Amino acid sequence: MLRNFWQFITDTLRLITRGNRYYYAWIAFLLLLIAIGTGAYIGQVNEGLIVTRMRDQVSWGFYIGNFTFLVGVAAAAIMLVIPAYVYDWEPIKEITILGEMLAISALIMCLGFVMVDIGRPDRFWHIIPLVGRLNWPQSMLAWDVIVLNLYLLLNWFVVTYLLFCAYTDRHYVKKLVLPLVLLSIPMAVSIHTVTAYLYNGLAARPFWNSAILAPRFLASAFCSGPAILLILLQVLRKTTKLSIKDEAIFKIAELMAYTMGFNLFLTAAEAFKELYSGTEHMVYFQYLLFGLKGHTTLVPFAWASILCGLAAFILFLVPRFRTNWTLLNLGCVLIYASVYIEKGMGLIIPGLTPDALGEIYVYRPSYTEVAVAAGIFAIGFLVFTLMLKAAVPMMLGEFTLTRGRRRLDAPEADPV
Amino acid sequence: MTAQEPIQPAEGCASSTPGGGSRREFLGTAVAAVATALTGCGKLSHEEFLQHNFRELSKDEVRDVIARLEREYKEKYGREVKVTNTAPLPGVIFGYALDLSRCIGCRRCVHACVKENNQSRSPEVQWIRVLELEKEEGVNLQHADQYYDPAEVPREGHFYMPVQCQQCKKPPCVKVCPVGATWREKDGITVVDYNWCIGCRYCMAACPYGARHFNWGEPNLPPDQVNPDTHYLGNRPRPKGVVEKCTFCIQRTRKGLYPACVEICPTGSRKFGNLLDKTSEIRYVLENKRVFKLKEELNTQPNFFYFYGV
Ligand code: SF4
Ligand code: SF4
Repeated sequence: MLRNFWQFITDTLRLITRGNRYYYAWIAFLLLLIAIGTGAYIGQVNEGLIVTRMRDQVSWGFYIGNFTFLVGVAAAAIMLVIPAYVYDWEPIKEITILGEMLAISALIMCLGFVMVDIGRPDRFWHIIPLVGRLNWPQSMLAWDVIVLNLYLLLNWFVVTYLLFCAYTDRHYVKKLVLPLVLLSIPMAVSIHTVTAYLYNGLAARPFWNSAILAPRFLASAFCSGPAILLILLQVLRKTTKLSIKDEAIFKIAELMAYTMGFNLFLTAAEAFKELYSGTEHMVYFQYLLFGLKGHTTLVPFAWASILCGLAAFILFLVPRFRTNWTLLNLGCVLIYASVYIEKGMGLIIPGLTPDALGEIYVYRPSYTEVAVAAGIFAIGFLVFTLMLKAAVPMMLGEFTLTRGRRRLDAPEADPV
Repeated sequence: MTAQEPIQPAEGCASSTPGGGSRREFLGTAVAAVATALTGCGKLSHEEFLQHNFRELSKDEVRDVIARLEREYKEKYGREVKVTNTAPLPGVIFGYALDLSRCIGCRRCVHACVKENNQSRSPEVQWIRVLELEKEEGVNLQHADQYYDPAEVPREGHFYMPVQCQQCKKPPCVKVCPVGATWREKDGITVVDYNWCIGCRYCMAACPYGARHFNWGEPNLPPDQVNPDTHYLGNRPRPKGVVEKCTFCIQRTRKGLYPACVEICPTGSRKFGNLLDKTSEIRYVLENKRVFKLKEELNTQPNFFYFYGV
C-alpha cells in the first residue's frame, strides 16, 4: 500500500512533466506571470504596502476583493457534489472531482491573497493555533483561517484518495468517501458564510452590516463557481477523452438560472431597503451606483456588473438560449464578470468609502497590486492544470499502477 | 531616505534564540529560516522574530525585550531611547472630554501629538484628526472636512471636532484582531503590541472612529526629532507594516502627567483625568455639562466625551 502510494506520487510527477507543445507553452506562460508577480511582491515586502494604493481610509482593496471572490468559487465548485452523490446522478459524477480540484486551486489563491495583504508576512505564524495566539472564537478572521484550511485539507484528501483508488484499479470505499463528501457541503457553505461574517459583523461599516450579506454571498457564489466549471467542462470534452454528457451541462445551467434569480432578488432587496428608506447609510450605495460629491470611479463598474448579471440571467432562464452553446458560454462570461466586479471591488471599496469620518478617498489598484494578483491567479491555474494533467488519465482508467509504466513511454495525445 | 534603513539585528543573522518558552522552541529554526528568507536576512533578528505576545512574556523576558529594543533604537537613531513598561495605576480609569464650544480648530494638538508620540514624519501619521463641520448641519460626518486650510480659524459658520481614539469600553478593534495583538488595559487604554501585530488591518475596518493608522511604508522619524521617553505599548518608534493609535499618551499619563494634546491646547478645550476619582475635573464635566458620545448607537461605549462648555 505504502509502496504503491510512493509509486503513485512518482508516476504523477512524471505525468505532469510530460506534455505536448501547447502544454509546455501554457505552463511557461503561467510561470512567467508567477515570476512577474513574485518580482512585484518582493518590491512590496521591501518597500511596505505603500506601493499599493491602499491607505488608512481604504485599508483593504484589490487583494481582499479577490480573496472574497475566490472563496465564493471554492464554495460553489463543491456544490455540484450534491446532485452527484446525494442523488446518485450519474452524468455529473465525473464533474465532482473536477469541482473539488477547482476548490483546491481557489483556496490556494485565497490563502495567497491573504498572505500578500498582511503587513508583516514574517509573522504569519502568530495566527497558527497553539504556536501563535489565535483570538478564537472572538475574531471572525480566526474562524476564517480555520475553516478555509480545514476545507482545503478535506478536498485535498478526497481528491488524492479518489485518484489513488483509480490508479490502483480499486473501487473507492464508499463508506469513507460519502461522509467526507457530505461533510464538505456544510463546510462549503461555512467558508463563504464565515467570510461574509468577516465584513458583516462590523457595525462601523453600514454597507456590510446587513443581515442578508451572507445569503447574498452564497447566491452570487453559486452563479460564478459553476460558470467557470461549465466552460471548463466543454474544454475538457474537446481536448480529452472524458465523456461529459450534454445533459449534465444543461442541468448545471438550469440550476444556475435559479441561483441567479435568487441573487438578483437579494441584491434588489438590499438596494430597496437602502434607497427607499434613505437613511444616511445610503451614501455607500450612492457612491457605488451614482457617485458621491463628484467621485464616480466605481459607477461604470457597478452598472456594468448589474447589466451583465441581468443579461446572463435572461440567457440562462430561457431554455432555448441556455441549450445554445454560444449563448451559454456568453452567459458564463457575463455572469463571471458580473460577480467578479461585484464581489471584488463592488463590495470592499464602497464598504470603506466614505471612511469612518466621512472622507472620500478614491482607491484604484496600483501596478504592484495587479501584478501580484496576476501572479497568484497564475499559481492557482498552475495548480489546477497540474492536477488535471494527472487526474484525467487516471479518471479514464488509462493510467494505473500496472498500465501506467508502459503507457507513459508510448507517446499519446496529451490532455490540456 | 537614510533614516528609513531597517533595523539591523544586534548580532547579525546567526544570532541564537533566547531561552525559555516551550512554544518558541516548538516553532523551531525551520520556520525562522523561512521567515528570514522571506524578509531578507539582516532585517529581522531571531529574537525579534520569535518574540511572543507581550502579555505572555515573563518579567525576565520583558526585560530582555526592552534591552534589545533600546539597543536597536540606539543603533538606528544614534541616541539613547528609554523604553519603559509602567503598569496601569490601581484605581484609575482614564477619561477624556472635549469642549466643542471652545475648540477653534487650530490643530496644535495634532502636531504636539506627532512630536510626542514619535510618529512617522513623511508620510506624516496623525492620530488626531480635526474635522471642520458646518454649524447648520451639526455633527454630520458626511459634511466633515479634515483638510480645511483657511487663512484664519475658526471660520464663520463652522465648528471643529477633533477625533482620536475614543478608548472604547467595548472596543470592536480588540474584538476582531485575529492574533490578540491589541487589547484594553486596566486603566481603559487600548494598546497595540507592535511586535505582535501581523498588519492584517482588520482593526482598521472595525474602528468606527478612523482611529487606527497603518505604517504603509517604513516610518520616517529623523533622529533629532525622536522623543526618547517612551513606553513599550505607546510611543516607542514603530516598525513598518503594523498599526498604531492614540494611547492617551500612556508614557505620560501613567506617570501622572497630562497627555501632550491636553497640555498644548491654547483654549483649554481638552479635559483629562481619572473617571474613578469623584473630585477630578473630568467627573465635574460629566456631571455638570451637556455631554455626548460620538456614534453612540454603535455601543462601543467610548471613554471619550464631547461636551458644550458654554
Ligand atoms: S476608537 Fe477605535 S481604535 Fe480606539 S478603542 Fe475604539 S475601536 Fe479601538
Ligand atoms: S492589524 Fe494588527 S492589531 Fe489590527 S487586527 Fe490585525 S493584527 Fe490585530
